[in-house]
Amino acid sequence: MKKFLLREPVSSAGPKGHKHTIIRQFCKGCRICVEFCPTGTLDLDDRFKVVVAHPEKCIACRMCEYRCPDMAIFVQK
Amino acid sequence: MTNSEVRMTNERPATRLLSGNEACAVGAVRAGVRFFAGYPITPSTEIAEYLARELPRIGGTFIQMEDEIASICCMNGATAAGVKAMTATSGPGFSLMQEGIGYSVMAELPCIIVNVMRGGPATGTPTRSSQADVMQARHGTHGDHPIVALCPWSVRECFDLTVEAVNVSERLRIPVLVLMDEIVGHMREAVQLPEHVGLWQSKLIKVPPGEYYHYDDSNNYDSRIASFGEGYRVHLTGLTHRKDGFPTDDPEIIRWNMDRLRNKVDDNRSWLWDVTYEDLGSETVIVCYGSAARSAMEAKRMFEQHTGRRVGILRLRMVWPFPMERMIALLRSARRVVVPEMNQGQLRRTIERSVSRHVPVISVQRYDGEMLTPEEIIDAL
Amino acid sequence: MADEHLKTDAPESVNRFLDRFRIDERFPHILCPGCGIGTAMNTVVRALIEMGVNQNELCVVSGIGCSSRISGYLDCDTFHTLHGRALPAATGVKLARPDLKVVVFGGDGDMLAIGGNHFIHAARRNIDVTVFVLNNFTYGMTGGQYSPTTPTCARASTAPFGNVERDFDTCFMARATGAMFVARSTTFHVAHLKKMARLALSKRGFSVVEIISQCPTFFGRYQAMGDAVKMLEWIRDRSIDVSKVADPWVVQDKFVIGVLHDREEVPPYSQLYAELRRLRQIGADCKDLGIPSKVAGTP
Repeated sequence: MKKFLLREPVSSAGPKGHKHTIIRQFCKGCRICVEFCPTGTLDLDDRFKVVVAHPEKCIACRMCEYRCPDMAIFVQK
Repeated sequence: MTNSEVRMTNERPATRLLSGNEACAVGAVRAGVRFFAGYPITPSTEIAEYLARELPRIGGTFIQMEDEIASICCMNGATAAGVKAMTATSGPGFSLMQEGIGYSVMAELPCIIVNVMRGGPATGTPTRSSQADVMQARHGTHGDHPIVALCPWSVRECFDLTVEAVNVSERLRIPVLVLMDEIVGHMREAVQLPEHVGLWQSKLIKVPPGEYYHYDDSNNYDSRIASFGEGYRVHLTGLTHRKDGFPTDDPEIIRWNMDRLRNKVDDNRSWLWDVTYEDLGSETVIVCYGSAARSAMEAKRMFEQHTGRRVGILRLRMVWPFPMERMIALLRSARRVVVPEMNQGQLRRTIERSVSRHVPVISVQRYDGEMLTPEEIIDAL
Repeated sequence: MADEHLKTDAPESVNRFLDRFRIDERFPHILCPGCGIGTAMNTVVRALIEMGVNQNELCVVSGIGCSSRISGYLDCDTFHTLHGRALPAATGVKLARPDLKVVVFGGDGDMLAIGGNHFIHAARRNIDVTVFVLNNFTYGMTGGQYSPTTPTCARASTAPFGNVERDFDTCFMARATGAMFVARSTTFHVAHLKKMARLALSKRGFSVVEIISQCPTFFGRYQAMGDAVKMLEWIRDRSIDVSKVADPWVVQDKFVIGVLHDREEVPPYSQLYAELRRLRQIGADCKDLGIPSKVAGTP
């Protein structure tokens, strides 16, 4: 089975300590996570990949992680 | 001159009165088939009925599915999960199964499909015989693909060739057809079945799951493939695929995939053939298969008795792949070839290609549901 | 078959999740941006992780279509069969290896049109599989034709002026043909979907979860909501919990979500057949199983 090295996922930790892991190469820019985030934490960058625009707003509900069709974003409390 | 793995023992087995269908089912069970999924259709239903009684007794599974398409797909599932499996049908069901047969070819699943041929096309004549699915057996499913098809002419051969079919399918990971016809399927003969049958044993898989390729050319088709539930996490698909089983549309890999499927038969032609013959030195040779061969044999006997001239007979037990090279060699002294068939001459053109164009190939056809008579064949001799 | 490819310093839970997939150069998967099938796949995988299902004991079977592509991405035994034929294939797998956990994914066209007959009979036989019908109201893979679940009057590539056919209620049919457990959820209600998936996976016998899913590329565009977010809002606004309706089977204009049918388990086919084998050895037959029957009491 071919092995595939994932490019390093981007990790960031917000002020409350909630950690976001984003696998940029999986993100397809569908905006589901952005629009359904209850606090407006996320946005797309100029490459249409998800970024944590406002980490201080994140409440770690993980709806972005659960709704993402492409396994592009994960949240840890 | 058989390549079957069946070996006789020195014991005297009991004589049984069996029909061709029953003998086929007995052969399947002896060859290790433990799963049958089918749908009732005349004239093959007796195979299902026998297995419905027998399989639960020996720990196997019988299921009657809702149609033939479900039957072939269910059989594919069982074989993928590691159980030798079989289905049986006739013309209309055989037509329905074609996509599923193609799947067996593409995913390389060993399985047996018995087609007890009857009058066609469509509903045709369910209770009468024909040999009219021979071409369909070769090219029934879409796409380029090889196939192996065996054609018994007697009750004993229904047993032997079903065992051979299982062995060939296990060895090559290919669906194998057993083309009986209604006459052979329903007739009864006294037979002595061998106590022991030789079964193809695949080599064990030698690599751990992480290094296993489901379609690896290097194992020369000889080693067992992984089944579901053995920790190999196999992926099977009907799409053209890479050697790990995953789909591709890369032209080079598609080409490799197609070549691999074809070469499975082509590379094995040295043993993948089965004919019997007598008196091939004669001027006239009858080339035949299945129940038409029974009439041919009688025609030969009657003709020789009457005229004192010998007639050769060449009977194909394995119709596909057609052993062209061997046929050319075997028929080189023939001055006249007679091909009796219970169809409108389906195999005649292929046989024609195995003799020089100066040799007339006479097609004796009967397609009214009745058996060819020896007299009709004698007229052509 | 595991982890060397995951050279990341992502948290352990992320790696554990990704480990359930065959991550290779085919990722990101072929599904369109915003496709609900991805969400459904991930949610079911999460349910399987939570239930502790071992990847070596799991066999995922699918037919043909976008929904059926799921099998190619999961790291377990996977069986990508013919269009509509996942259920007979799954029947064969389950009967040959009753110890494996068999999960079936299929789309609305695959399961209910070409596969409709097989759906009925697998349910009737009570084959012990869990079926996820991903209903996005279209044949997505082939470009957006209408399917048996396309709502009446919806537009599709082969219904340019609107679909005049009535649509199926998948769950009603599953219940009518004998399923043990029937539930509906959506790719918006992901926590709910995971719960329904867990219930279905733990139920013995034929269990069905219909997952209302968005196809923004085809169904969405044909209905002028060609955007995943808009479609999810449509799904959200049209969903209603089963506890809030009097009769879930007559609600025409909303998706009734929740457990719609959950009956007392009856033995699945493989178990009954195993019993039959045992009975046959002692000269008994099916009637000795004590199952209610129209011929009970006859010789």
